[in-house]
Amino acid sequence: MIRAGEPLLEVSGLCVDYGSGDDAVHAVIGADLALRRGEVFGLAGESGSGKSTLAYAIARLLRMPGAITGGEVVFRHEGGAVNLVNAGPAQLRELRWNQLAVVLQSAMHALNPVLTIEFQLTDVLKAHRPDLDRAARRACAGELLKMVGIAPDRLASFPHELSGGMRQRVMIAMALALQPQLLIMDEPTTALDVVTQREILNELMDLRTEFGFAVLFITHDLSLLIEIADTIAVMYAGRIVESAPAGDLYLAPRHPYSYGLLHSFPGLRGPVRRMTGIAGSPPDLRKPPTGCVFHPRCGYASERCVREEPSLATPAAEPAGTAHRVVACWLHEPGAATPAELAGLAPALESTS
Amino acid sequence: MTESALLEARGLTKHFPVRSGVVHAVDDVDLEVRAAGITAVVGESGSGKSTLARLLARLIEPTSGELLLDGQAGKAAPARARRKYARAVQLVLQDPFSSLNPVHDVRYHLARPLKVHKLAGGSLDEAIDGLLARVSLTPSANFSAKYPHELSGGQRQRVAIARALAVAPRLLLADEPVSMLDVSIRLGVLNLLADLREKDGLAIVYVTHDIASARYLADVVAVMYAGRIIESGPAATITSQPAHPYTELLLSAAPDPGRSNRVPVRGRTPPPNPVTPPPGCRFHPRCPHAMAVCASDVPAMTQISPGHHSACWLHASTAGKEA
Repeated sequence: MIRAGEPLLEVSGLCVDYGSGDDAVHAVIGADLALRRGEVFGLAGESGSGKSTLAYAIARLLRMPGAITGGEVVFRHEGGAVNLVNAGPAQLRELRWNQLAVVLQSAMHALNPVLTIEFQLTDVLKAHRPDLDRAARRACAGELLKMVGIAPDRLASFPHELSGGMRQRVMIAMALALQPQLLIMDEPTTALDVVTQREILNELMDLRTEFGFAVLFITHDLSLLIEIADTIAVMYAGRIVESAPAGDLYLAPRHPYSYGLLHSFPGLRGPVRRMTGIAGSPPDLRKPPTGCVFHPRCGYASERCVREEPSLATPAAEPAGTAHRVVACWLHEPGAATPAELAGLAPALESTS
Repeated sequence: MTESALLEARGLTKHFPVRSGVVHAVDDVDLEVRAAGITAVVGESGSGKSTLARLLARLIEPTSGELLLDGQAGKAAPARARRKYARAVQLVLQDPFSSLNPVHDVRYHLARPLKVHKLAGGSLDEAIDGLLARVSLTPSANFSAKYPHELSGGQRQRVAIARALAVAPRLLLADEPVSMLDVSIRLGVLNLLADLREKDGLAIVYVTHDIASARYLADVVAVMYAGRIIESGPAATITSQPAHPYTELLLSAAPDPGRSNRVPVRGRTPPPNPVTPPPGCRFHPRCPHAMAVCASDVPAMTQISPGHHSACWLHASTAGKEA
């Protein structure tokens, strides 16, 4: 596993609104995250939690009425550091695809149905690699397909002639065409069957080992993320509520929402026990709850949670010397009585598997 | 064995004609649903599991094979027989965003089946309140006047379930009832189904692609591949000691955070084209254990242990000779 520790992407205080004025919906609020080179960073959350909005904001792909209203996104590439929030169109064109590529959720819709795979793969090269001639581009496109395990003779195919898994592989090949440093993947395997999903993830991890790119992997499937990610941030109602190394999050979640989410996936082993999920439903972002956004669904909510919003901080009882973890919850304030299941080194998941 | 079966499918087959031939959506499926039992049908997209649910609901007529309700074959006839069948077997669809009519309120959705089946009896409002209470949408006054767009996904799916419960069916067919819902509220709906079985003795056929949730909810799991059931048995046995190589593949590919090492996935052959399924065992082109016989003859369901059956030549008594 690549553990090149240098920072690649640092997001701090990023805020995204949809609309403006009093009607604005705050889709992402004060998001902080840091990706190191070669790391797989998982962003987990339910629909409407702002995870896709955050990814689009990082790649500066938000469309009106979405707008970044604060914070910065510092991207460190070989040529120096750039704050993507202030980057102009020319600068963004230079960075996108060369340094930072995006794989969207629905490959069915991301590929143009009336153009061949060859046209769509070589289009990238035409735009970014003017030094290549037609034959070289074609050869390169063939290589890219081979890299994701598709026979190069499929270059002449149209998207509808490929299966869903192959289309998603083409999207990944396209994103990796210029060997970017960062790959942003928004629910890349959600529409696929489990077996295809597993094949694609295995390939992705192999490619990552080979090329050393970092991945920002967005999904609602926390159990999948725990398997593939190095670090996981859990989002709820536009906020990152907990961020921790994947293994720590799995074995000892600190935020009641992370805990609830982990207990929402029935396991494949051990005795079958009744699990409860999380009561209530995600909030309406037009009218977010006061204080901690999770308090209406939280079993531990106190009066303070209704009034004041907690910010991300290292939990008071975090054992010294353990890897970096932050959580936004009053239960982890110094001196707070943390419930045992949220404080434990105890393998919290034992009861669910 | 058939005495206690509430609904039994025998050799159920559905072929859809298309320009290039026929789509073998469901082929020769035998399935037995017991009163107050939960049977999960697990398969990937295109395996025919939703077609099977529609066949069991009699929304579509099978190409061949028969459906026995309480041991009796329903007549393919008219509205009256259909209505009688619908009193016993109800279907809940995957997407509560499209299965409820956006121009009608919750009360209308629940009153409709009561009126159609002339079940309102005393008070319609009382019946509706009762239904809402059964799916934990309480106080019912808060919900009955609401329109679908005013409800969350989980609440909508509960309304869809309440609508199916209106005729007091004995069997509920649930086709991917939670796959469109947010992760944190899926368990609430699954637990509701479990409670309905527990308290009211409702039998449930739970159709899903998620083998972990099948294990959580069901007593019996049937695994479908390319239109056929290839393994069935007690949920715990299927997930801990799968007998069919496809079930093994499905289990190894499922997300499992507790897993320490990386899972190898064999082969990159996609699932077969349903218009021209491979001869013999339909899984043989992807199967790591494929033998000569697998490409020529369809394996029959063989008993592995009591209640646990698998259609694989590895388990057939003749396997030794053929290999």
